[in-house]
Amino acid sequence: MTATMTPFRRETEVGRDGFGQLLHAEWTKLRTVRGWVRGLGLGAVLMILIGLFGAAAVELPNEASAVPLGPDGEPVRDSFYWVHQSLTGDGSITVAVDSLTQQADTGPGRQDNVTVPWAKAGLMIKESVEPTSSYAAVLATASHGVRMQYDYTHDRAGLPGAVSAAAPRWLRLTRSGNTVTGYNSTDGSHWTKVETVRPATLPATVEVGLFVTSPDHIESAHQSTTSSATAHFGSVGLQDGWQGSGWVPDHVGGGPQSAGESTESAGGFTIRGSGDIAPIVGGIASPGNIVPLGNFLVGTFAGLIAVMVVATTYITAEYRRGLIRTTLTASPRRGRVLAAKAIVLGAVTFVVGLVTAAVVIMVCEPIAKSHGFTMFPVDLWTELRVVVSTGALLAVAAVFALAVGAVLRRSAGAVALVIAAMILPYILATSPVLPAGAGNWLLRVTPAAGFAVHQTVQKYPQVFTYYTPTSGYFPLSPLAGFAVLCGYAVLALGLAVVLLRRRDA
Amino acid sequence: MAALHAEWTKLRTLAGNAWLLLAVVALTVSVSAGVLTVTTCSTGDCGADAARVSLSGIYLGQVAVAILAVLAVGGEYGTGMIRTTLTAIPGRSTILAAKAAVLIAAVLVAGTVAVFGSLLAGWIILPGNGFTEDHGYQMLSLADGPLLRAGIGSVCYLILIALLSLGVATAVRDSAAAIGVVLGLLYLFPIITQMIRDPEWQRHLQQIAPMTAGLAVQATVGLADLPIAPWKGLGVLAAWAVGALLIGGWLLRSRDA
Repeated sequence: MTATMTPFRRETEVGRDGFGQLLHAEWTKLRTVRGWVRGLGLGAVLMILIGLFGAAAVELPNEASAVPLGPDGEPVRDSFYWVHQSLTGDGSITVAVDSLTQQADTGPGRQDNVTVPWAKAGLMIKESVEPTSSYAAVLATASHGVRMQYDYTHDRAGLPGAVSAAAPRWLRLTRSGNTVTGYNSTDGSHWTKVETVRPATLPATVEVGLFVTSPDHIESAHQSTTSSATAHFGSVGLQDGWQGSGWVPDHVGGGPQSAGESTESAGGFTIRGSGDIAPIVGGIASPGNIVPLGNFLVGTFAGLIAVMVVATTYITAEYRRGLIRTTLTASPRRGRVLAAKAIVLGAVTFVVGLVTAAVVIMVCEPIAKSHGFTMFPVDLWTELRVVVSTGALLAVAAVFALAVGAVLRRSAGAVALVIAAMILPYILATSPVLPAGAGNWLLRVTPAAGFAVHQTVQKYPQVFTYYTPTSGYFPLSPLAGFAVLCGYAVLALGLAVVLLRRRDA
Repeated sequence: MAALHAEWTKLRTLAGNAWLLLAVVALTVSVSAGVLTVTTCSTGDCGADAARVSLSGIYLGQVAVAILAVLAVGGEYGTGMIRTTLTAIPGRSTILAAKAAVLIAAVLVAGTVAVFGSLLAGWIILPGNGFTEDHGYQMLSLADGPLLRAGIGSVCYLILIALLSLGVATAVRDSAAAIGVVLGLLYLFPIITQMIRDPEWQRHLQQIAPMTAGLAVQATVGLADLPIAPWKGLGVLAAWAVGALLIGGWLLRSRDA
């Protein structure tokens, strides 16, 4: 008989040392610590409450109105004074502008000469007399030389310099089919082309005229007054197929701001007009109470503080309680522990941020409208982007806080550091203490750059306003700002992994 | 007196505290110097408040003060030391008062150095950046009433931040959460104020915000346009601090440690 040796077999299955298990362990920790769940919940509630406060605290006397949209779907202003007539087919119009002055109410009952950089006087070919209709124009401005503009958002520079009797600017618009070409000249005989453009809609019969307009005179970031511009045009020439039938004075885009007048003298016109033909921007130049979408998401700052406290303690609590030693015994590959924590935390905070932002927007928008606010119109994609990016902002900030917590291993210092790094630059950048240039610089190089994801409004060089973070403008584009924040998170995470491997727990 | 001595020993012998007090000075002075360097005055009326600009480092320096104060009690809860402390001195209000007293002393010293350093930086840098008599600016001088108020007020501000943090930490019992609450109280008000589109509401929010109202004490020009008068603003912060200490003290008395 031969004795057989049965090799040792373990009764139980060998436990899987997989990453999935690690994720499950970290998820269990996050889910079962009451303080962390409460912290995240508190952050979400604060986000919603602050949004509601912003939407409901103020009751405006006026009704919410629809924002006029231009041919490209952008919100636009279209109000000016002109003399015009209907002309059919192809043709050209030529005129000289030899003076352009601007006046503003500088005190009770007082009018003074001021400089409104984007006061405009020039020639326009327009789809119809209706506001927001398509157009192309070549025009002289107070401080930005001759420009060719069309359909509100497009702008191209022509001859530089201001107009005066000594230095008049000759302007010409030529229509050919669906295109309009603008020319300018300093003497009426040597012409240079500015641009050929194709406005969105150009019917066979268009309105052609001489227009003047002037946006608000902006004295400071908090003060602006209505202004008007007065321009003198020399005799008007119609060529290349257009036959004139007489000029009709009129103002486009009602309201008190579009008041104006025109007088015809010695073959020329003196026209006074007020308003603007341009995209609507935020800040002091924004008419009425137009609120950008990001405004109601200011509560994100509160949510962020809550999330960063939870994220930091998610690792520092392990050090304080000594649990880190158990964790590292169970999973000796230390980088993977941190990765699992980052993934679980990032996913949870992403979902919390996304859902909360969606709730804030869905709840606050109708409330704000009923309180007389007009929402800055954005398309569905932008709205979706803002909601998703709020989740992403919280997630990346949480990972950043987690990494800093892993580096410092002390909760109070780590929490203070991440909150100060993320929120203080924003406060300094928007406070009057710091000059605007330095503030913008802070919003480029600190983790606070990430707040750019809430930008839903666009900058236009052809409209003057204070483009500040408080009115929704950030120095970096949403994607670039988010990338800066991600860079900080990756750097901190890398440092955390290195230190976690090197140091004893 | 024994409680005071005990708290003083703790504050003195914990290595982190010396670093934090040093950080109060370093952060305040370096941020002030940074802001001073980028602030220039090229025209006659540039509207900048020389004292405010010189003392802008307080925005960051107060964070180190908050950490110091939060750890004074939060650290004890973290390590369980609080039970030893309460066994040794059962009078809970006494402990809180002792902690407040040593914090006041420590922040008074660090804050004075930080404020003095910042004003010194302003004294050196400002004239070179166009803050000259041609543009309507005097050299910074502590003999100047408003500037003296800004300096002393800023030190008081830091002390009150320490007391507010102490109160919050006593109530919350967790360092991380306490820092979050304190910095949330300080930083969120100005951000929410900007969102509100109504000037009346904005003014009210600025009047009750601990940081905005408290820092009104730094103003030396345009006092009429301030949402709240300088010392009154500091009073608002004091009310926050006292409120936090009362709630913290009451919870300390009524809860098990």
